[in-house]
Amino acid sequence: MRYEAPTTTKEAANLLAKAKGKAFVLAGGTDLLVRMKAGMLEPDLVVDIKRIPATRKVTKTASGFTIGASVSGAELGENKAVKKAWPGVVEATELIGSDQVQGRCTMVGNLCNASPAADSVPAMIAAGAKAAIVGPKGKRSVAVEKIVTGPGKTSLKKGEMIESISLPKGGAKIGDAYLRFIPRTEMDIAVCSAAVCLELGAKNVIKKATVVLGAVAPTAVTVPAAAKAIIGTKLDDDALDALAAACEAACNPIDDKRGTIEFRTEVAAVLARRAAKIAFERAGGK
Amino acid sequence: MAEAVDYKYIGTRPVRPDGVDKVTGRAQYGADPILPGMIHGRILRSPHAHAMIKSVNLSRALELPGVHAALSGADFPGGIGDEAIGGESGGTMSDLAKNVMARDKVVYHGQAVAAVAAQTPQLALQALKLIEVEYEVLPVVLDVRAAMQESAPLLDPTCITKGVKPEPEKPSNVVSVTTFNRGDVDEGFEQADLVLEREYIVPMAHQGYIEPHGCVAQANEGGAATVWCSTQGHFEFRAATSKLLGMNMADLKFIATEIGGGFGGKTVVYLEPVALLLSQKSGKPVKMQMSREEVFRATGPTSGTYGTAKIGVKKDGTITAAKIWMAFEAGGFAGAPTGPAAMAVFSPYTIENFKVETLDVLVNKPKVAAYRAPGAPQSMHAFESILDEAADELGIDPIDIRLTNAASEGTTAPYGPKFPTIGFVECLEAAKNHPSYKAPVPEGAGRGLAAGFWFNVGMQSSAEVHVAENGTVTVVEGSPDIGGSRASMCLMAAETLGVEYESIRAVVGDTQSTGFSNVTGGSRTTFATGMAVVQACEDIITQCKSRAAATWGVDDDQVEWEDGHCVPKPGVNAEVKPLSLADMAAAAAKTGGPISGRASLNAQGAGASFSVNFTDVAVDPDTGHVEVLNFTAIQDAGKAIHPAYVEGQMQGGAAQGIGWALNEEYIFNDDGVMQNAGFLDYRIPVASDLPMIDCEIVEVPNPSHPYGVRGVGETPIIAPLAAIGNAVAHATGVRINELPLSPPRIVAALDAAHKA
Repeated sequence: MRYEAPTTTKEAANLLAKAKGKAFVLAGGTDLLVRMKAGMLEPDLVVDIKRIPATRKVTKTASGFTIGASVSGAELGENKAVKKAWPGVVEATELIGSDQVQGRCTMVGNLCNASPAADSVPAMIAAGAKAAIVGPKGKRSVAVEKIVTGPGKTSLKKGEMIESISLPKGGAKIGDAYLRFIPRTEMDIAVCSAAVCLELGAKNVIKKATVVLGAVAPTAVTVPAAAKAIIGTKLDDDALDALAAACEAACNPIDDKRGTIEFRTEVAAVLARRAAKIAFERAGGK
Repeated sequence: MAEAVDYKYIGTRPVRPDGVDKVTGRAQYGADPILPGMIHGRILRSPHAHAMIKSVNLSRALELPGVHAALSGADFPGGIGDEAIGGESGGTMSDLAKNVMARDKVVYHGQAVAAVAAQTPQLALQALKLIEVEYEVLPVVLDVRAAMQESAPLLDPTCITKGVKPEPEKPSNVVSVTTFNRGDVDEGFEQADLVLEREYIVPMAHQGYIEPHGCVAQANEGGAATVWCSTQGHFEFRAATSKLLGMNMADLKFIATEIGGGFGGKTVVYLEPVALLLSQKSGKPVKMQMSREEVFRATGPTSGTYGTAKIGVKKDGTITAAKIWMAFEAGGFAGAPTGPAAMAVFSPYTIENFKVETLDVLVNKPKVAAYRAPGAPQSMHAFESILDEAADELGIDPIDIRLTNAASEGTTAPYGPKFPTIGFVECLEAAKNHPSYKAPVPEGAGRGLAAGFWFNVGMQSSAEVHVAENGTVTVVEGSPDIGGSRASMCLMAAETLGVEYESIRAVVGDTQSTGFSNVTGGSRTTFATGMAVVQACEDIITQCKSRAAATWGVDDDQVEWEDGHCVPKPGVNAEVKPLSLADMAAAAAKTGGPISGRASLNAQGAGASFSVNFTDVAVDPDTGHVEVLNFTAIQDAGKAIHPAYVEGQMQGGAAQGIGWALNEEYIFNDDGVMQNAGFLDYRIPVASDLPMIDCEIVEVPNPSHPYGVRGVGETPIIAPLAAIGNAVAHATGVRINELPLSPPRIVAALDAAHKA
């Protein structure tokens, strides 16, 4: 196995593009190293991106925030500006793993690992996050929901890597929230999850909304019908019932050791309902 | 009841002597020894849950450069007999041999089939891939009820059920039936005002010790060998290894390293005979260490059970009859804890009419091993749940219904003997008077209560006590220290000798440097090994008195031992100065040489330990998540030598019982492959899942122990299962008699109740 630690994104992309055999990007390593240790993966090339300055920082831009691909969950959690604008995204990222894992794990790693149960992904999608992809043919920006195509699969082409995630500015009338269900209280993987982002208009009526469910289908699921159910309302009980019904209808989960189809479907709707209430409050709704 | 005694050292909470090394990482565990020239062993495990082994070909693995040895079942000596394994574990030596390394058949997924030893662990893994095994796959049976059907595939076609008359003609997967009877149950049920009958299911669960099995073995060309291992009983590991390898026991030295938890699961050998045989073949020291996945797939869990319970109760709460029938999963080989399960279940109560039947049933799952109070959590979960339901129906407080029927001194235990002094009533009264029980149940929550019981055992222990030239003391024992027992031994020695705790240190001797001791198990160590330490200290006192008498020119019986000193009896030569142990040690050269005491015994009169646990839980009706708001454990310790370690046992047992009640379970696919062989999906509680476990130690001294000790290690895991279940029932209004009370199960039960 070859280990490389380039200092520019371009160099990293070139290494990945030229790689023969199995090549992997190493950021925090909380998925990659665990799999290597368990004998599930035997890479030919590992490209460590932590020495690339562009991946190491959180930047405030004119249009919002840029979060580097090797910024850890703990680092993001300490960023007051991002936390204020996108509490749901930050909370979701902080739910990954244990305290120790938080010191290493990254949002981009969570995204590229492409697990249907990834915590940060539904929250990023709900917030309208975009991924900055660098490859042999240059840079492109892609909505986060276009990255994961199935369990363990992404739309990234050979030689491509994500340099950073960008989030919009947010605002006083915008609120987001993420909730997941785990049987324990921490150190677990979502049995199902829900992220809600909404924007209030005049008189605290919901103007825009995005509802995304996790771990109930091969990829995170955006549920336009659920968003529609609450747009134009002040999140009364009828609107919440309609949101829950739309979420249940959008679920297509599996039956496995972590939960049954019925359980995942029912509880995803419960979480969406609860997350909507939190997002509504965060947007200043009453 | 014995008088309360004021002790100087016993009952205090000094720092344990092994603590610093454990918290700083210096302590040596099973896989820590590193020897010159050491190589690494790994095991090839069966990919099938049930199959005949047609052939094993090691030659390609042996050809890989850096591989020093390889073996399969054929490399072990044959002719292992059917004698019992003994200790805390069920089954025979011949089954143990096959569990260590399969011969012609595998009976569970993950069973050891072959092994290699190579220069590095990675190379050993590569070599495993080169071993060729030809299997003939057989149908799998996983469910205990399915295994009892006539059409079920047979794990052992020679198995004729024992304990049934007349003896069955056909073989089956039922190894044995254990029955205990008293009175006439049918008549008893007729006398009752309320009769309930329910089914109860408890899943297979693992001990979950944090340290995986590990050992290092070094054999020499003369037939001798040394083995470092993480074990609850190095003497029993030596005996099993010598038998499985046909080696002379006198040539074997077993050293018990520090142990990162066992809970019964480290009372049987898995790796040690394999590592030693690989060392013999390679001429090099061999280290073996299991991964967590191997621990789950191939080491002893405890039985999952399916059972029915029936209870008859009068309006005043008197139990008129009780009946339990329960089938236990043995795993691939016989040996489920059906005996203790049957003996324990009704022990807290005086019941005139009862019948209990427990079955040891073969299924294609890992062979079960002892786990904290083996069998009792399963059987008592059933009875403590149905008793609670009866109390609800009759409108009686759960403590009162237990007090009405409580066993006390003189009650004939269901398994025969009359109870000497026991503390069940005292535990119930302590619960009733506890501030947490008097406090109202939090809004929206439910409270549950249950009792626990464990016999405890004595068995054989040895101890030597050596006095150094300055009067400091070394205690040598043969019991591996799992729960702080070295500190407890030092406290008992300090109390007996009347010297400070700080001048005494205890060590665990290896099999060649101290006398035989049974496993640290059965909650026996503080009781039995403690008794040996006390007797060894008394041996020293006798010697000291004799030496003082000679020094003073008086008869032996004119010297007394008072507060760590030899003093003349009142009226005898009052001029002399009392002699301390340090004085005696300083003068030892002139009075007969170094002072040492010893004792070896088979301890009798282990006192039973009863418990009462109660808890308040909140259930999220929409997600099925259970939050344990508070948990109180009350238990009779006889006398708590080191109360912090008694509380540690109570808290640890409660944590394991709560985990088993709420989330822990083995999940298999239809082919018998465990789906959750890791701590991510085999969910033992994490710290944030539990409230502080509140402990109250009740002390009703055991008259058979010099300081009143009762074993405390096993009882704590029993009551939490039913206590949590009863609390969830009260929080939701729905009784769920199948564990674990996982969120999907609770949501499904609440949905069903809602529809009904």
